[in-house]
Amino acid sequence: MLLVLPIAIPLATAILLHLLPYRPRLLQVVAFAGAAGILVSAIVILNAVIHRGTQVLQIGGWPAPFGITLVADTFSALLILMVGIVGTVVTGQSFSGVDPRRESLGYHALIHVLLMGVSGAFLTGDIFNLYVWFEVMLIASFVLMSLHRTRAQLQAAFIYVAINLLASAFLLTAIGLLYGQAGTLNFADLARAWPERRTPALDAAISALFLTAFGIKAGLFPFFFWLPVSYPTPPPAIGALFAGLLTKVGVYAMIRVFPLLFAGAGHPVYAVLLVLSPVTMVVGLIAALGQSDLRRVLSFNLVGHIGYTTVGLALRTQEALAASLLYMLHHMLVITTLFLVGGWFLRQRRTAALASLGGLVRSQPVVAALAMVPVFSLAGVPPLSGFIAKLGIIASAFASGHYWVAAIALLVSLLTLLSMARVWDEAFWKPPPPEARYGRLPATVVMPAAVLVALTLGLTIAAGPVFDLTMHAADQLLNPAEYVDAVLGGR
Amino acid sequence: MELLLAIVSGVLYATGLYLMLRRRLAQLAIGLALVSHGSNVLIFTAAGVIRSRPPIVPESAAGFTAVAADPVPQSLILTAIVIGFGVLAFALVLAHRVHVSADTDDVDRILPDRL
Repeated sequence: MLLVLPIAIPLATAILLHLLPYRPRLLQVVAFAGAAGILVSAIVILNAVIHRGTQVLQIGGWPAPFGITLVADTFSALLILMVGIVGTVVTGQSFSGVDPRRESLGYHALIHVLLMGVSGAFLTGDIFNLYVWFEVMLIASFVLMSLHRTRAQLQAAFIYVAINLLASAFLLTAIGLLYGQAGTLNFADLARAWPERRTPALDAAISALFLTAFGIKAGLFPFFFWLPVSYPTPPPAIGALFAGLLTKVGVYAMIRVFPLLFAGAGHPVYAVLLVLSPVTMVVGLIAALGQSDLRRVLSFNLVGHIGYTTVGLALRTQEALAASLLYMLHHMLVITTLFLVGGWFLRQRRTAALASLGGLVRSQPVVAALAMVPVFSLAGVPPLSGFIAKLGIIASAFASGHYWVAAIALLVSLLTLLSMARVWDEAFWKPPPPEARYGRLPATVVMPAAVLVALTLGLTIAAGPVFDLTMHAADQLLNPAEYVDAVLGGR
Repeated sequence: MELLLAIVSGVLYATGLYLMLRRRLAQLAIGLALVSHGSNVLIFTAAGVIRSRPPIVPESAAGFTAVAADPVPQSLILTAIVIGFGVLAFALVLAHRVHVSADTDDVDRILPDRL
């Protein structure tokens, strides 16, 4: 029963939010309580997974390959926890005020539908359900993006909708081909059936389709061009929610599906990914250096750092994958924080253009010090969490003999530092433009990001135990026998 | 029959992708619809086309007596059609709004600003 909670709680909250009368404070409290409920259920699930192993729920009691299966192994449980954290923080940000036009059109309910879709995608044990959860998540994100009808937002939303629908069509095509040959849709059953029934041509076609579909959703080179166009335009809390969760669902799908279906280490999909990941890093970061708006700098950084989360899968060693998973957790916290920080400036100065920012270090030193943590954690400055995860990736790239991957990861680290140092200098350090006088940022605006900063510092201190968890998760992913047995019950 | 359906599916994909590359809002939406129809036909074909053998076990028999049609792809397609319809309806409304606000239907010119 436990596993259904991260899906059922946001669904119930979304329905309740639609039924409640339009009183902003009431809606905000209910939405926040629902997100906190997801967080609590996520902690309980993670606890159960750590102590009792992979948790499986067969909906309606139908045995595994025939019914709907929900599975939480260590990887899924960790990501559900992140859904809880990001959801709570983003709904918490609503307390500082939401555009009333959005709020009256179902802003809070849509956030919960989105959280439901993401949780469902992380928990499902069935590839067609994965497609359905992707669609749930996409519809919610489409509507959230286009709720407010300024021209730039509408147009960015259209680009986003078109490319994501194309990705969904590719995903559906791959699933259809896979079902036609393997005769099953259950992940665990596929892991058994596909190596026996695969034909080389079909295997190549399916892996290319999956790589394209998930690559578009994750924002991998060369499929990322929609992301920097569409992510900077929605309101900051929504941008933070998208940046923290949505692209990671694409990465999750790759890490979940590829080791199950394409078990051999020599499968070409890993060779392609090993090229695409470093290229994504380099292109994303070089593009980030050329941007003059804080939110666009962050969007390109988001793209570049997706490369770090997929390179571990491409290297296919336990250490590399574990480091990538740790990086993924760190990045979800940090990029969400940074998008929220971008929101501070929009609120205070009505712009996020770097040229017209500055001076926060003098006017509100404590707030600026808070922002320093995510800025330099993203850059990988020791001893923050970004440094630990990057060190793990570089060390495992060296260990497996891929020196050029290590070299590129180091170079991109340097580019990130450059990009973040520029953000720090322009947005916080330099004197503000002379003509302007700004109000102070109230505590309700800063608080959600402050909570995430505390969690980032927590991840830095607890990096040892968390890395042990991701090592275990990587072991489960690369050796799916335990997952298969847990789902199919040894049959 | 499989060959014919495979060709139909391929033609749907090809025309859909061609229309999507035409850079006009209405054609992009129609292209999306054709691609999703193409994938529906593909699922139907890939899962095998069998004439009039419903997947129902007779009351007297213990199992299937002959190869029966697989009901799963049909439920997959039904789900995909419903999702595709909803999403396409949304995309059409959005395309209309974009057309009104940008006063052009050239996809290249509706971008908020240059990358």
